[in-house]
Amino acid sequence: MACCRIGVLETGFSLLEIVMQASRFRWHIVIFLAPAVIVYTAVMIFPLFNTLRLALYTDVDQVRTFVGLDNFNMLFGDPRWSEQFWNALGNNFKFFFIHMLVQNPIGVALAALLSHPRLRFAALYRSAIFIPTILSFVIVGFAWKLILSPIWGIAPSMLDAVGLKSLFAPWLGKEAYALITLSLISVWQFVGIPMMLIYAALLSIPEEILEAGEIDGITGINAFWKIKLPLILPSIGIISILTFVGNFNAFDLIYAAQGALAGPDFSTDILGTFLYRTFFGFQLQLGDPYMGSAVAGTMFAIILVGVCIYLFGIQTRLRRYQL
Amino acid sequence: MNKARSNPVSAAAMHGALIIYTLIALFPVFVILINSFKSRRAIFREPLSMPNSDSFSLIGYETVMKQGDFFLYFQNSMIVTVGSLFLILLFGSMAAFALSEYRFKGNMIMGLYLALGIMIPIRIGTVAILEMMVATGLVNTLWSLILVYTAQGLPLAVFILSEFMRQVSDDLKDAGRVDGLSEYTIFARIVVPLVRPAMATVAVFNMIPIWNDLWFPLILAPAEETKTLTLGSQVFIGQFVTDWNAVLSALSMAILPVLILYIIFSRQLIRGITSGAVK
Repeated sequence: MACCRIGVLETGFSLLEIVMQASRFRWHIVIFLAPAVIVYTAVMIFPLFNTLRLALYTDVDQVRTFVGLDNFNMLFGDPRWSEQFWNALGNNFKFFFIHMLVQNPIGVALAALLSHPRLRFAALYRSAIFIPTILSFVIVGFAWKLILSPIWGIAPSMLDAVGLKSLFAPWLGKEAYALITLSLISVWQFVGIPMMLIYAALLSIPEEILEAGEIDGITGINAFWKIKLPLILPSIGIISILTFVGNFNAFDLIYAAQGALAGPDFSTDILGTFLYRTFFGFQLQLGDPYMGSAVAGTMFAIILVGVCIYLFGIQTRLRRYQL
Repeated sequence: MNKARSNPVSAAAMHGALIIYTLIALFPVFVILINSFKSRRAIFREPLSMPNSDSFSLIGYETVMKQGDFFLYFQNSMIVTVGSLFLILLFGSMAAFALSEYRFKGNMIMGLYLALGIMIPIRIGTVAILEMMVATGLVNTLWSLILVYTAQGLPLAVFILSEFMRQVSDDLKDAGRVDGLSEYTIFARIVVPLVRPAMATVAVFNMIPIWNDLWFPLILAPAEETKTLTLGSQVFIGQFVTDWNAVLSALSMAILPVLILYIIFSRQLIRGITSGAVK
């Protein structure tokens, strides 16, 4: 990719343009770039750094006062904050691991089935399985809440039909199961994304490679493990980092299904809902923008570490095959 | 092609697995939709049967129409989504054109700067965004949402569009220059029409997250007259938890517009993803 981009750049400048460049300042470049750069800087980059800066301040008698890293000390160490913070962080990691262990393998498996060369109705399956991904968290949260509700009884009666009624519990209402249940709902919603990306990667594997494998007797499931899987590892890396970033700023599903208190008893609280309560306030808790900024700063650090691990630790080692 | 890749038993097993998963994916949506057309009794007595002449009822939809201003919410969502998409495409394609067409000092750095936002979620900056919107008086206006979504969508838009604009033939643009067209005309008349498919991809990618977002409407524009459909249905359902007809109808009304958009654009979306636009 990089090599051809340079090639285009070199040929992309005509003599005419070089003459123009020498003669006057090219205002049109500024005009083309300005709107995007201004909006992006003003609404995204500047607030991002401003939020990180606000994390170093606090409110003393309604005056903004610089307190250094005190907010972070409080967040990590003061039991009033730290208990909820570590709980939310731990839950967020569980949320992420469930996605990695369930969503991505199912996505890969579905993509492997869909990419089979002679499968009929592949487009139909693909479009149908992607439908949950386009729905809003509000719809998904409430729909599952209704379906799992013991009042309505769809879930228990369906379990009854297969003789497993004893397994039913109000999963969203029990501390022990609520987080797992919500993670699985989120998996249900987003499995379409890894499926599509892996599907695209599988389609780009040249037929010759698979045929060469067949000549050596590698077919069916073996071909998947020994030929296709190593070739799609870079895509699995991409979906992992997308899952990571998405999970560590997730909020909507938990808020829609369990409310801002992420019940029962904070058992489904993740960093997004914790950030919302901290900075915006909820019910009796007053909002604190400075502590909120500290939470946001921590989320930023976590996401940055994750992205760096991916970029420098994983991605550079994965790009081994040139198709 | 080898026989092992096409024997009937494995084909049946594959269809079986895919059908089971498709059912899992569609079942909740299906249950919500059919039950929204039933009377309260039928919802509880036989939740899995289709509405028939006995159980058919539109009572839920009537409650929703009376209580919630869903047309206003829908209109707000439309304005925000279309407005943001328009600005993302306009500003994004302009910036992508500058980056892909001209060699100038700082081109590379500008490209990297704009690409930063692909990986960093804009939500991290919410505290300062809210502060800024309060200071500029944009809180509880649709503009606050449009600006945020535009900023959020620009990085990926610039990235994808500049990749595509690099493929536009230079001869074409130079021919335009020889004919005396300005750089603006070359951009608007020659380059933009040629990258229209890529712009559609960008639009479809951004459309769904903007339409479905709950975070920013909740924080920046929670007023009654600026509620989006997502926030509106969330609040409405929260109030009517015990009125099952109303809740199911409100959910269905929130599902349908997205479902229709998806049916119209699914080809574009799937082609966009599978063509490697997000590699």
